Amino acid sequence: MTDSATLESIAEAAPAAKKELTEALLYLDAVTVTFDGFRALNALSFTVDPGEMRAVIGPNGAGKTTMMDVITGKTRPDRGDVFFNGGTTDLTKLDETQIATLGIGRKFQKPTVFENHTVLDNLRLALKGQRRALPNIFHRESAAARERIDEIFETIRLTEHRDRLGGALSHGQKQWLEIGMLLAQDPKLLLVDEPVAGMTDAETAQTAELLREINANGHSVVVVEHDMTFVRDLGVRVMCLHEGSVLAEGTLDQVSANERVIEVYLGR
Amino acid sequence: MSASVTNMTRQPALLGTSGLIFLAVLVAVSVLVPVLNLAVAPDSAVHVPTYVVSLLGKYLTYALLALSVDLIWGYVGILSLGQGAFFALGGYAMGMYLMRQIGTRGVYGDPVLPDFMVFLNWKELPWFWYGFDMFPFAALMVLLAPGLLALVFGWFAFRSRVTGVYLSIITQAMTFALLLAFFRNDMGFGGNNGLTDFKDILGFNIQADGTRLVLFVLSALALGLGYVLCRFLVRSHFGKVLVAIRDAETRVRFTGYRAENYKLVAFVVSAMLAGIAGALYVPQVGIINPSEFSPANSIEIIVWVAVGGRGTLVGAALGAVLVNYAKTYFTSGILAPYWLFMLGGLFVAVTLFLPKGIVGTYYDWREKRRPHDDIPGAPIAAAGPAE
Repeated sequence: MTDSATLESIAEAAPAAKKELTEALLYLDAVTVTFDGFRALNALSFTVDPGEMRAVIGPNGAGKTTMMDVITGKTRPDRGDVFFNGGTTDLTKLDETQIATLGIGRKFQKPTVFENHTVLDNLRLALKGQRRALPNIFHRESAAARERIDEIFETIRLTEHRDRLGGALSHGQKQWLEIGMLLAQDPKLLLVDEPVAGMTDAETAQTAELLREINANGHSVVVVEHDMTFVRDLGVRVMCLHEGSVLAEGTLDQVSANERVIEVYLGR
Repeated sequence: MSASVTNMTRQPALLGTSGLIFLAVLVAVSVLVPVLNLAVAPDSAVHVPTYVVSLLGKYLTYALLALSVDLIWGYVGILSLGQGAFFALGGYAMGMYLMRQIGTRGVYGDPVLPDFMVFLNWKELPWFWYGFDMFPFAALMVLLAPGLLALVFGWFAFRSRVTGVYLSIITQAMTFALLLAFFRNDMGFGGNNGLTDFKDILGFNIQADGTRLVLFVLSALALGLGYVLCRFLVRSHFGKVLVAIRDAETRVRFTGYRAENYKLVAFVVSAMLAGIAGALYVPQVGIINPSEFSPANSIEIIVWVAVGGRGTLVGAALGAVLVNYAKTYFTSGILAPYWLFMLGGLFVAVTLFLPKGIVGTYYDWREKRRPHDDIPGAPIAAAGPAE
């Protein structure tokens, strides 16, 4: 979805200017990804504003995970632009590590925590700070880092589990730990892939609350989720993907009233 | 919750109980063996003959080599089937120094050229033999030669994200390529025969009992220091990233760490440790030849570590000593032709029945006996829930 500012710049026929005119935190324009002839993303365009939370829904194979792969540098698009930070940074030229350092955190569909580290060490490893190998041999944890970790523990409600191994947590706790690890990285944008898959109803409600809290603290969030109750709990702008492009966008009620969305995704 | 809770969190000591026991045993052995060798009459039952001193010294260098493998295999998940190459390079660097020490006492009496070069009718020393008459230079090369090879090899392999079995295969190809290269006479490393006939080390007769004892004690010291270094590394933030890479490399990358750089540092440190082990090995066995590069040797190191317990450091050293003692014992009797079958059988048996090795299994047993401060409602099983 190009906004009016971008349309003007296209009219000026100056591709470089387009990047500077967008104020969006994340800007995707006409992104196409093909795997062996299958179009996973088909001219996908949308923007995420600073401080915005957005839910992404869509049937299996709609391109939701590929979209995240492109944003985080795991997959290179065949065509199209992906810009971050108000159009200043071209994400297609960076790798996963650089993009993570820029401030984009990602939670995987399958919870991925460091199973043989304690919950505390999981957060220590994720905490924003020194990332280079040699200095980290002599790294000492600062008091500020300890406080920040305590805060995150409060937020993700795992304080009393801090000394357990990551692998010993329940499925839901792992999901929260992973969200906590994202928070510890202090990213500008969090990409969260199916955070409530396999959670109980109570856990699902708590997760929605957790994500709203994170968003209220100024982080932009993009959540991919199938669970409609959860998406309703989030109460944010919804975007429905289908066959690699945006089918509909708006409030959940608007999107779920859309004829095409009902046809391809929600079912009659 | 205040920050003090974090402070109370258990942080393993630099040397845990098993580490202290390990170092205590090393100290005891490096005191006892010289005493039993020097101060006890040769006809006494507890006298340790010099050949046993060198044999034990060889085991200690193998233990250091196993430690170097455990650092990368146990903690980073890099299954190197070419670790023997770094060991051999360190050994060759030491061997070149020892060759230059022979001087005019060689068969051909050439003051500069080692015997094999005279035999090959070479007129002057190849450039890469320069400097090896000086011990400090040779000692530097013991670290640099394996370190540089690991740096270049690792840089390409890790940057290209070669992992798992593919990485193992190319490490094996690397050591095999070096095996073939060192076999060639015109490489200038003594070809098939390698380097041998050493006389002196730093002016001391290499055959003398005293020299043997010093080499033995130095091997124990190197093993002890190597252990402390590895412990220090794996306990650090750096080491935690290594384990994280072993368990979830993608997550590490998405967390902003350059996994390849971490692997590279560990790989280079490991190669240098192996090089030191090789350098201490050569004067004690009196020869270095291309067979040290053989892939089978490198695979054998993996068996030592697996038997002792991968990812425990102490276990790697223990495994190296145990398996090599068994090797010495069984290859000198009527069972000699069957040793390789026994070694293979041992590996299969350990994989099936003792997957965590001796020390790993002991740790598990100890963990089970320790009272747990369980959190109600939390699953105890380490495995994730079934999905």
